[in-house]
Amino acid sequence: MLLAQDGIATGAIYALVALGIVLVFLVTRVIFVPFGDLVAYASLSLAALEENRRPGLIWLVLLLAGLAFLTEALTLLRAGHARLLPRAVLLYLLLPALPCAVAYVITPMDVPDLLRIVVTLALVLPTAPLLYRIAFRPIADAPVLVLLIVAVVVHFAMTGIALLCFGPEGARPRPLTGAIFEIGDIIVSGQTLLMLGAAVAASIGLLVFFARTLTGRALRATAINRVGARIVGIRPGEAGTTAFLLAALLAGLSGLLIGPVTTLVYDSGFVIGLKSFVGAIIGGLVSYPGAALGAVAIGLLESFTAFYDSAFKEVVVFAGLVPVLIIRSLLQGQAVEDAEEEL
Amino acid sequence: MIRLLGFAAIAVFPLLASPYALTLANYSGLAALVALGLVLLTGVGGLTSFGQAAFVGVGAYATAWLTTAQGASPWLGLALALALSGGIAGLLGAATLRLSGHLLPLSTIAWGLALFFLFGNLDALGRHTGMSDIPPASLFGHTLNSSLAGYTMIWLAVAVAFWLCGNLLDSRAGRAIRALRGGTAMVESLGIDSFAMRLAIFVIAGMLAGLSGWLLAHVQRFISPTAFDVGPGMEYLFMAILGGAGHLAGAILGAAIVTVARDRLQDVLAHIGPNSGQLEVVVFGALFVLILHRARGGLIPAVLKLLPARTRANPPDAAPLSRRALPEAGTVLLEVDQLTKRFGGLVAVNQVSFTLRAGEILGLIGPNGAGKSTLFNLVTGLLRPNAGQVRLLGRDITGASIRRIARLGLARTFQHVKLRPSMSLLENVMLGAHPRGRAGLLAATFRLDRAEEARLAAEAMRQLRRVGLDAAPHGLAGNLALGQQRVLEVARALAADPLLVILDEPAAGLRKPEKAALADLLRQLRAEGVTILLVEHDMEFVMSLVNRIVVMEFGTRLAEGLPAEIRANKAVQEAYLGGVA
Amino acid sequence: MSALLEARDVHVAYGRVEAVRGVSLSLPAGQIVTVIGPNGAGKTTLLAALAGLLPSRGQVIYDGRDLAGTDVEDRVEAGLCLVPESRELFADMSVEDNLLLGGWRMRRDKAAIASGFAEVYERFPRLAERRRQLAGTLSGGERQMLALGRALMGKPRLLMLDEPSLGLAPLIVREIFHTIADLRGTGVSILLVEQNARAALESADYGYVLETGEITLSGPADELLHDPRVAATYLGGHT
Repeated sequence: MLLAQDGIATGAIYALVALGIVLVFLVTRVIFVPFGDLVAYASLSLAALEENRRPGLIWLVLLLAGLAFLTEALTLLRAGHARLLPRAVLLYLLLPALPCAVAYVITPMDVPDLLRIVVTLALVLPTAPLLYRIAFRPIADAPVLVLLIVAVVVHFAMTGIALLCFGPEGARPRPLTGAIFEIGDIIVSGQTLLMLGAAVAASIGLLVFFARTLTGRALRATAINRVGARIVGIRPGEAGTTAFLLAALLAGLSGLLIGPVTTLVYDSGFVIGLKSFVGAIIGGLVSYPGAALGAVAIGLLESFTAFYDSAFKEVVVFAGLVPVLIIRSLLQGQAVEDAEEEL
Repeated sequence: MIRLLGFAAIAVFPLLASPYALTLANYSGLAALVALGLVLLTGVGGLTSFGQAAFVGVGAYATAWLTTAQGASPWLGLALALALSGGIAGLLGAATLRLSGHLLPLSTIAWGLALFFLFGNLDALGRHTGMSDIPPASLFGHTLNSSLAGYTMIWLAVAVAFWLCGNLLDSRAGRAIRALRGGTAMVESLGIDSFAMRLAIFVIAGMLAGLSGWLLAHVQRFISPTAFDVGPGMEYLFMAILGGAGHLAGAILGAAIVTVARDRLQDVLAHIGPNSGQLEVVVFGALFVLILHRARGGLIPAVLKLLPARTRANPPDAAPLSRRALPEAGTVLLEVDQLTKRFGGLVAVNQVSFTLRAGEILGLIGPNGAGKSTLFNLVTGLLRPNAGQVRLLGRDITGASIRRIARLGLARTFQHVKLRPSMSLLENVMLGAHPRGRAGLLAATFRLDRAEEARLAAEAMRQLRRVGLDAAPHGLAGNLALGQQRVLEVARALAADPLLVILDEPAAGLRKPEKAALADLLRQLRAEGVTILLVEHDMEFVMSLVNRIVVMEFGTRLAEGLPAEIRANKAVQEAYLGGVA
Repeated sequence: MSALLEARDVHVAYGRVEAVRGVSLSLPAGQIVTVIGPNGAGKTTLLAALAGLLPSRGQVIYDGRDLAGTDVEDRVEAGLCLVPESRELFADMSVEDNLLLGGWRMRRDKAAIASGFAEVYERFPRLAERRRQLAGTLSGGERQMLALGRALMGKPRLLMLDEPSLGLAPLIVREIFHTIADLRGTGVSILLVEQNARAALESADYGYVLETGEITLSGPADELLHDPRVAATYLGGHT
């Protein structure tokens, strides 16, 4: 029972990340591998703020902002749109620098936990859209395969920078709540409930966003039909930025929730991200509920194998993808495709 | 010539190099083997794997376990390393290679990690510390444990692998493999089993990685799991793409550059700060992204531009390939009988029937959206009908696979020309003759296929001559104008020795003189006894050319008859010019 | 008379193939101009280039402004809307959501969106009946109505229609052309690309005939309607 509880709680976090993965993939066709990294960055940053250390994420965001601004400025100048430069300064330099400045200032101060959490989230938010601007926007029309390779490469590059910014030590932020509930014989920690609650709330929030708001509908439209979106005036690039922003929010949230439960280091996000991927792939990579269910299944599988032999939990989780893929390819049948010229 | 220079450089290098340089050269060679497999996979075959490092691990751990725990000879270890890496690649490939585009590379990350964690957690494999005291290989009583012996083994392996892969690519199977990139529709329509080809290169790439692992284990004499993680796997891919994934030499160039650069970078970057241990990955990453943004072809194409172009003689004549028995002119060749295809509620083709006789050109026309393409796909096997039959020489081929229909003698061209632009005219046409040869992968790798190759080349040359494209058979298909590309597709179809050639809108996008030339060619082919089904909407082109016409509208057969009858038909005029609103 | 849209020597190439070669045409404000021609003549390519979906050489002037360097979204923003041959609807979204997104250009103007809905539903009552239905489940004719309706939600000044009659039954073709003629009355200028030459020329003011990427014939629509050379380009009669 405790295993199932653990499994579902971790699964809920994977589900949050998986939702972001599917969202970004559908809107931009980018399989955003560095996604899990953001989870770790959020957790490490919050822990740092709590210990009155400056989070390394500040420098990472500033670096990305600089690079993104350069990319944008070069594109604008080449297209002869120099008059748009001030907007680029605002969007790609000032806006991302804002949370950095706040985080820099409040580090030594004794501020409420809630403020630290908000600042951490605000720090994580710009990372994904900035990466999108630097690495993916310039090749938005490239084949999915190229985008995927870029995503994997970006992950490894980020790992190197993250080591520099965060150092090799792990950190664990304080639990958001220390409450313990007893329901009959079952003991449930407040943190577990919080993880579950956040996952459910975020899923519902996403659902409402897509069904009720114009921006949400525009994102869906871009995912369904890019040309269709363009001819009504929706810019896929802007939709992509929004998708990355939302995804970063989900990743940041996941990091805040999972941090107190597991000690994360600068590169442990990769494995979290990949497990979420496995979940998303089980769900088909195109369906939000499918991805969430798949992610919870992975959480459960992991928690049960860890109980029998913790050394092999990663082996089982990742090897578990192979039978899933076999089933998928059997269902898919003999597909004759007209692939684009790749690479 | 360049190859010889390369081999000479490899032979001379150890005489001039410092021990340190020799070690770097050894690591370059080890990486080059893996990258060679990735060139086959990615650059040539259009597949991608981030998990190749795991196969290196399979090879390395297989031999390390066999030679340390079991005390067996390293040569036995080599056999096990190759068998295991090839076998696991075969299993994983069989499971995942049918997956569409992005799921395959994603899955390579997953099983790559699974294998990596497996190595790091098995007691028999030394868990996270790895395995040490692996015995060196020995040959005729000589223990191969010096740096020089390592260099010799590694680079001999690279040279042999390079040569074998080169042989493979320059063969019947190799052409099929090179044709994989850019979609399987065309490949399957030539009767080629694209899945078998993908699996073959996946296994070969796995075995090359396994070989690299075996060499690593016995030259370095210790192994640890970190070398087999997905990170190194990505680095191998970087090497292949940096060097030029489309060329075997790109693997060697890329491996050498990355290995040396990493060594230098580590020295420089170590001074930056306490946590700069992975900064070379950042540099590589930035460079990799830049290459993917700007120059996906890698460095080799730029190098090749500097070299003089190779001149090649036209293939000499050779004994003709055997031909199939062609039916007498006038025999019923193709019968389409009450064919129906529904998509959801829409009936795209509704009980359409017609027959085609040997030696004639039949035109199938109709306005856009009339159902011509669907009918075409039903006949060629891309779609299965809901009802009705297609018979070829009386044999029922309804719902048969594309490949089988192609092998039975139905050759086609494509509306959006599907050639391989980076292959020569001759090779493109030889692809068409694929079902007429039988040499397999092994024969190709060891050059036992030369006689058949000569006959295939001679046949392709004959077809090029037949259509008038024999001036520069070694030129690239991508350099032709659209009109010539269509003609080249016709030559490719003819090379299959078909019963029937189906042309899908061959006049689309052609200029007037090009259309006229194409029409002349088709008339000439009819005079030579070739049967042609022409699916087209350019009326002028069709009218001047065909014996009979079938007109479709809204999925049904609207009219059938001689060109003049069709032109005078009121219903046809209405369908084309539209009713008055 | 001032032209709303003017194309001068436009060339469009797909890779090495030049599908449109030196086309010039002019569309006076408030008129319907049609480009007709057999399939494969380059009509769709030309329209896609004018809409900014394909890169082209030559000059395109819209409302006195050179469109060089502007993309599709800029052109939509300026009121130049395309209804492509492939419709490009949002198949997994409801009719209403499709229309709402059609009004993306007007998104800051709530009243315009509301009046847009009212107009479109009045013009196509069938869409109002099916407002909750997914676009992907509509019939061919309804899809064309939705594509048109979606474009109208953006309150376009120039509507570019690519083969609106394609694949539709004659009765529905008639309905669509009635709508087009009707729209002219509301002040929308229309560039109409059609294979269905007779219907197009019936409703247009002026026509151009496009053959293998070049304009071979042009003139007032009612003159072209009776020109035997037009029929010849379709049925291959000329020698």
